[in-house]
Amino acid sequence: MSENQNNPADTSHEVTVTPQAGTDVERFADPGVPEHKHRLTDTDPRAAKRAERTVTFLFVLSILGTIGSIVAYVMVPPDGTTSGVRLSTLLIGLGLAVSLLGIGIAGIHWAKALMGDKEMVQERHPLATNDADRAIAVKDLNDGLQDSGVVGRRGVLKGAFFGALALFPLAIAVPLIGSVGGDWNVSKFKHTMWRTGTRLAIDPSGRPIKAADVTVGSVFHVVPETTDEFRETHEWINEKSKAVVLMVRLNPEDLKADQSPPGETWSHEGIVAYSKICTHVGCPVALYEQQTHHLLCPCHQSTFDIADSANVVFGPANRRLPQLPITVDDEGYLIAQDDFAEPIGPSFWERLK
Amino acid sequence: MARAAYQRGDDVAMKQRPSAVGKAADYLDQRTSIGVLVKELARKVFPDHWSFMLGEIALFSFIVLIASGFFLTMFFDPSMALVRYEGEYPPAMNGQLMSAAFQSTVHMSFEVRGGMLMRQIHHWSALIFIGSIVLHMFRVFLTGAFRKPREINWIVGLTMLILALAAGFTGYSLPDDVLSGNGLRIIDGVVKAIPLIGSYLSFLIFGSEFPGDQVIPRLFTLHIFVIPGLLIALIALHLFLMVLQKHGQYPGGGRSDKNVVGYPALPVYVAKMTGNFFIIAGVLTLMGGTMAINNVWNYGPYDPAPVSAGTQPDWYILFVDGALRLMPGPGFEWVLWGYTLPMNILIPAVIVPGILFTLLGTWPFLEARATGDHREHHVLDRPRNRPVRTAVAVALFVAFLVCALAATNDLIATHFALSIFAITWVLRVLLFVGPLFAFFVTKRVCLALQRKDRELVLHGHESGRIVRFATGEYVEVHTPLDPQEVWLRTQHTSPRPLEIKPAMDARGVKRKGYRSDRRWQRLSEFFYEDRVEPATPAELAAAHSHGEHDAIEARTPAGVGQGTSGPRTAGPRSTRPGGTGPGSSRPGTSGPRADGEGATGPGEEPRPGSKG
Repeated sequence: MSENQNNPADTSHEVTVTPQAGTDVERFADPGVPEHKHRLTDTDPRAAKRAERTVTFLFVLSILGTIGSIVAYVMVPPDGTTSGVRLSTLLIGLGLAVSLLGIGIAGIHWAKALMGDKEMVQERHPLATNDADRAIAVKDLNDGLQDSGVVGRRGVLKGAFFGALALFPLAIAVPLIGSVGGDWNVSKFKHTMWRTGTRLAIDPSGRPIKAADVTVGSVFHVVPETTDEFRETHEWINEKSKAVVLMVRLNPEDLKADQSPPGETWSHEGIVAYSKICTHVGCPVALYEQQTHHLLCPCHQSTFDIADSANVVFGPANRRLPQLPITVDDEGYLIAQDDFAEPIGPSFWERLK
Repeated sequence: MARAAYQRGDDVAMKQRPSAVGKAADYLDQRTSIGVLVKELARKVFPDHWSFMLGEIALFSFIVLIASGFFLTMFFDPSMALVRYEGEYPPAMNGQLMSAAFQSTVHMSFEVRGGMLMRQIHHWSALIFIGSIVLHMFRVFLTGAFRKPREINWIVGLTMLILALAAGFTGYSLPDDVLSGNGLRIIDGVVKAIPLIGSYLSFLIFGSEFPGDQVIPRLFTLHIFVIPGLLIALIALHLFLMVLQKHGQYPGGGRSDKNVVGYPALPVYVAKMTGNFFIIAGVLTLMGGTMAINNVWNYGPYDPAPVSAGTQPDWYILFVDGALRLMPGPGFEWVLWGYTLPMNILIPAVIVPGILFTLLGTWPFLEARATGDHREHHVLDRPRNRPVRTAVAVALFVAFLVCALAATNDLIATHFALSIFAITWVLRVLLFVGPLFAFFVTKRVCLALQRKDRELVLHGHESGRIVRFATGEYVEVHTPLDPQEVWLRTQHTSPRPLEIKPAMDARGVKRKGYRSDRRWQRLSEFFYEDRVEPATPAELAAAHSHGEHDAIEARTPAGVGQGTSGPRTAGPRSTRPGGTGPGSSRPGTSGPRADGEGATGPGEEPRPGSKG
């Protein structure tokens, strides 16, 4: 090899040719482009004719496909049922597919069997501009810069110029960013709509739950009780995203611990309610296994032990699910003692602030 | 001059009556000088190889995406306004509260003729689009097509991959169903984990708390305007650079860095590419017509409470989802000065993809630096000739595979009745062991293939012909390779680790920049320490000089011993001596055992030819 690839100082951009001399003992010689092999269609006119007919047939097939697709569109309208939609989709799709594939296969076959297949060789040229042109380009740029009259002087003008250019986007960005995040009140992450005395209601019916109706081992998907009007608004969906709770009644002897601080009881006769929003990235934690009292998040398999303060047993979550302190009111309905004691759901920067 | 040409054109026109096409071309040329462009491009030569089609598949599925996407925008209502569904089908939906986006999705599926077809074509095209981009990038990576002068185009392509992922995700979320809504919620959880600005980013995306009533229209604008606009601009740049730099070509006879061997754009590539477009559009239509995908009415409109088990994102998000599942949680949520830093989310969802895309973006420059390479390259590498690069690609692929498997761990658990905890632990270990093992094995396989190439060049194909001498000695005849076969196996150069100036100069003064040089040299050694030189004519001559094969071949009647499988001869297992670079004399790769001179290793049959 004549070139030294390993010289870090070699910054040349020319294409280096590999030596092609046949006498070289270090390199084999390039044998050149392989001999051209003729196709059957080049040598046998009947084969060429056959290929021509095949291509024609495929184009005709494509036309038939298009017609078939339109016939299907008109004759087989979807009747609204799943099977009707399936049939319509299938027939229009098959017609269109035949139409497209006909053209495609015909084109490729045409190119491969009938169009010239003699390999051609074209030269490449170095991509870099040659030195003379490059010198002219540099000179032109310098001339232009000189003509502008800003090189090396008029510092104030240049400062004002770049300053104005840098600042004007602010006039667009400030109103945009100011409004795009709504009220930007990130402290909302820390509160839910649970209040002292809010009744626990079944999701999605909204019916309040009596403690007596909760049998041992049963699981309730719970939302705060609210008005029917509110349940038709976006505010409700936002609140529900934070307030959903999973409630389970365990045998009191199975309940090893909950999150009640000393002197308080957050559960009610074995009924415990935990936030349903995973502390990992916020999926609803919905798979409860009665035997093990494990609660599994179907998204990333974080597993929490309901019988033991909803502590993390396995998976990517780091924190236990926050507990909703509950009790019963005079009529026997389950109610919240208060909001969650800590922010629910995934962690965020200001979570503990 | 233009006037003269025009006049000449008139003369020609007077001799032959101009066709309508000719007149139109003349009209256009007099106003645009398009003739220059046509002259440059019409018979421009492009090399041929099936792997060059992967990028084409990406381009053509993008066109299908635009066409089917246009159809969908005619019927989709990107609004989160709450409506009650009225319609007999599907019956379960009737009377449900849902967003207008979900309602219009169900409507276009069930009521618009061909609407379901277009939705399914669009979704399948998106999956194939990103799949073909990834395969195309693997092709470019493995063959070194990112080397000078194509580094810029590699970066353009990588940017398009990121945009394609963004396009996929924004589109996936538009129907506002339970599945995509939970996907958005996961994104919200990941965004909130970002230190300092995470909570505000969440508000920036949703316009309020999650989910709010803004996100669907915002994603819609990104999905149908911003991202496709950028993609179209970058595709134009990508193709312009490809034409300007001329396509790279695989090694072969007559192909060099100074030429391009192939077929002309007109008519061959025009016909093939048009045909290819229709075939890809046809296959995607066939998929859309026959294979159901994303039946959103089965999931129902988005509601923050329910979630279904066994859900997966589209395939290209699997690796992030899998990484999220594999990361152990406890102990990785750090609290610093009262601020929360959930590393259990940041590592898999932000840092891992960050490392991946940084590695991909910097690779061409790292490799060029480690190779000390400043030349233009137009002949592609055979992957075996760059063992470390190939091994890195396979290792990345294995890591992707492990993460994708992790994203299906719940399905594996239910289908094969295995413990999900056990599967997760196995995959956690595999995520580290698998890529390392794949790297090691691939690198060894590449080196072995290079040695096989050397052996073939020096000793020819095994012919299966056994010849018995009068002395009773048996010899298997080897057929020499033809010059094309030899050239394919010897045209490359095997780079050596960088050589650097010593730490002290002649006067014993410490050299500035030595430490930096040494670091690059270490990287270079990682790349090229284990190397195999291509065979040379001198070695071939040496291999023949002591053998009697050539003489025998002339003497032996054809057909003797045909079909008999003879004993394998022992070729040289080691490379040509004489590597001078540091580390080039690592045992097993380049040693003194070159030309079969008594080179019989354990377990190898003695090579009869060597006694001569």
